[in-house]
Amino acid sequence: MTATADPGARRDVVRQSLSVGVATGAYGISFGALAVAAGLDTWQAMALSLLMFTGGSQFAFVGIIANGLHAAPAAIAASSMLGIRNGLYALELTHLLGVRGTRRVAAAHLTIDESTAVAVAQDDLRTSRLGFWLTGLTVFALWNLSTFAGALVGGHVGDPRTYGLDAAACAAFTALLWPRLRDRDAVAVAVVGAVVAVLLSPTVPPGIPVVAAAAASLLAWRAPSREAA
Amino acid sequence: MSLWTAVLVAAAIAFGLKLAGHLVPAHLLDAPRVRRITGALPIALLAALVATQAFTGPDGSFVLDARAAAVGVAVVALLLRAPFIVVVVLGAATAALLRALGWA
Repeated sequence: MTATADPGARRDVVRQSLSVGVATGAYGISFGALAVAAGLDTWQAMALSLLMFTGGSQFAFVGIIANGLHAAPAAIAASSMLGIRNGLYALELTHLLGVRGTRRVAAAHLTIDESTAVAVAQDDLRTSRLGFWLTGLTVFALWNLSTFAGALVGGHVGDPRTYGLDAAACAAFTALLWPRLRDRDAVAVAVVGAVVAVLLSPTVPPGIPVVAAAAASLLAWRAPSREAA
Repeated sequence: MSLWTAVLVAAAIAFGLKLAGHLVPAHLLDAPRVRRITGALPIALLAALVATQAFTGPDGSFVLDARAAAVGVAVVALLLRAPFIVVVVLGAATAALLRALGWA
């Protein structure tokens, strides 16, 4: 990575950040609606989006707490297992971002799939940092606004799958991984990670397959990865 | 446990996990081999995330449905060097269309 960024790369990262933010934000509507349907009030739904701020964990939490308060420990356990991967992203992001103090705390809060994916998709350090902050802040703003809207309108929200929003997320993450897959070692890491996660999914709790797939990164141990041609 | 307690405890753990990764002392992560591994971590995790989101059902079993088709279309679009937004919109449209037609 170099420290410079050409205007084209800047424009691309801004587009990526904003489109990821809009797609994720749209999903917040369904989170807000689901949270209220699960028995949370609007402020509890907002507390999750503002303070937990990691979509997969939030959906798991409300999905389980819908069974009643006795399910609270299971809901906390599920959201926590899904949150482990953010801590692993942070190991790389902390290098990439190079921030301390309050900014590091803010960076930690914004450490999610989307901000990480946009950051690591960039070729140089400056666009990586811009991508991380812009994606994190855009998702944070839109996710919270849409959670609020979803909690207010509740059951009148349609299923986001009707519009293919779940598939939009899959396509976006695929597109963000794509530039990294020019490197043969990275392809091996991605394929092994994907296969491990899919194989484990039927037998272990949600969240764990993806974290277990982190072991695929050990493939990078052996030799310096070959740079893209 | 009240619902509020559960919400706040779960949120605190989620933030703690994020912060813990950022607070690992830099000197522990500086060795070239460790750098290579942490650099590969997001690739492994995001590939696993896409795979589980696209190819597994609610019970975790392997499923090929509209989401898999959407990822397939996204990969073709990427091979044709389509811009990011086009890839995302094509993915969404593929899944929405297949579902509207009742095919997946």
